[in-house]
Amino acid sequence: MIRVVLPAHLRTLARVEGEVALEVKGDATARAVLDALELRHPTLRGAIRDRVTGQRRPFVRYFACQRDLSHDPVDAPLPEAVADGREPFRVVGAMAGG
Amino acid sequence: MSGVRVLVGTRKGAFVLRADGKRESWNVEGPLFAGWEVYHLKGSPGDPDRIYASQSTGWFGQQIQRSNDGGKTWDPVGNEFVYDGVPGTHQWYDGTPHPWEFARVWHMEPSLTDPDTVYAGVEDAALFRTVDGGKTWKELAGLRGHGSGPRWQPGAGGMCLHTILLHPSDPERIFVAISAAGAFRSDDGGTSWRPINKGLRSEGIPEPEAEVGHCVHRIALHPSRPDVLFMQKHWDVMRSDDAGESWREVSGNLPSDFGFPIDVHAHEPDTVFVVPIESDSKHFPPEGKLRVYRTRSGGEEWEPLTRGLPQRDCYVNVLRDAMAVDSLDACGVYFGTTGGQVYASADAGDSWKPIVRDLPAVLSVEVQTLP
Repeated sequence: MIRVVLPAHLRTLARVEGEVALEVKGDATARAVLDALELRHPTLRGAIRDRVTGQRRPFVRYFACQRDLSHDPVDAPLPEAVADGREPFRVVGAMAGG
Repeated sequence: MSGVRVLVGTRKGAFVLRADGKRESWNVEGPLFAGWEVYHLKGSPGDPDRIYASQSTGWFGQQIQRSNDGGKTWDPVGNEFVYDGVPGTHQWYDGTPHPWEFARVWHMEPSLTDPDTVYAGVEDAALFRTVDGGKTWKELAGLRGHGSGPRWQPGAGGMCLHTILLHPSDPERIFVAISAAGAFRSDDGGTSWRPINKGLRSEGIPEPEAEVGHCVHRIALHPSRPDVLFMQKHWDVMRSDDAGESWREVSGNLPSDFGFPIDVHAHEPDTVFVVPIESDSKHFPPEGKLRVYRTRSGGEEWEPLTRGLPQRDCYVNVLRDAMAVDSLDACGVYFGTTGGQVYASADAGDSWKPIVRDLPAVLSVEVQTLP
């Protein structure tokens, strides 16, 4: 089970409280986790990744295990501690004013 | 007893303001979609309990929310706005080509009859339509594709399609306006389009009387006389008597002919309201006095409406989608400011009272007149 932490706005949009626990088939990658997340919560489509290109939105980042994974290939394996559920995969809204 | 529901979009959420027909005592609900920019909300004329809202942030993109119970509960519907084909380029601020990129929905215009059909004006400028209550959106690509698109350019707020006017009796006729491209008309239900900007003159573009490139801020019509259009352009208040074929200036004695909103009295097609703003470099009212100006003669002769509005030290702006009129016997007029005030007049502008004073910056105001 993979744990995903969403920023407040996306928790509200998806109507979830706390973490989201996801069963991910195959390798635990950022793409696989986000695919599973959007399948469970279709309202998040387009909110994290661009609808057309699939690219991470510019003001969104992915953190886990004290690392910034935002620029890693989306098909790269996530850290083992994320894959086995000891650490969450964090979707973060970039710190910017407003 | 009849009543009104005022739908307010702000930089940090939406608010619903309700009152009975007297429009004296108000109930304020919100913020809905707290923390998100809500560029616009609008109810369906065919089913007033059906309301659509455009919710967005730079972080998490665009959402469309729909209510089926007059704004009490909301559900997200479709947010896939994909340009038809290869989007091509428009002009960037410096005149260089820039690819079309979807940013947000500025304005939603529900069909006059079908609650499931809605038009959406977006940035970068294009027109989309849903016929399934917002689940799916399809571009009416004839607008971008008619040929002048590469000459369109963004205004300061972005290159947005901000105004959609549906003809009250001819479902084939639609008017839209784009900053900074101009006004356009379709006579075949949105399939094909042509610019309707003859008579506009804009000093901020290389060819002041060009077919396109004008920063039209808003257009408005009265349903009883839909061939007469009123326009607040970047500078100049304009009027057309032939459905946009030609325009003439009717700024007359306004203290400034720069501004954003323009609207028409619900029962008097020659009574029009604008909010003069000092200039494009100073987005605040002249002399620090917030004044709505009203003409009762279709332009040229304007009178200031000041009773109840701040007449000193006021430096707010009123954005293009932030004025609306109700259709009660004594026409109500409403507008919101970038300072977070929403003012209401229950006597066609003669006097004003704030409904609320301290909302986030107001982006849009619509009003529903309820039975």
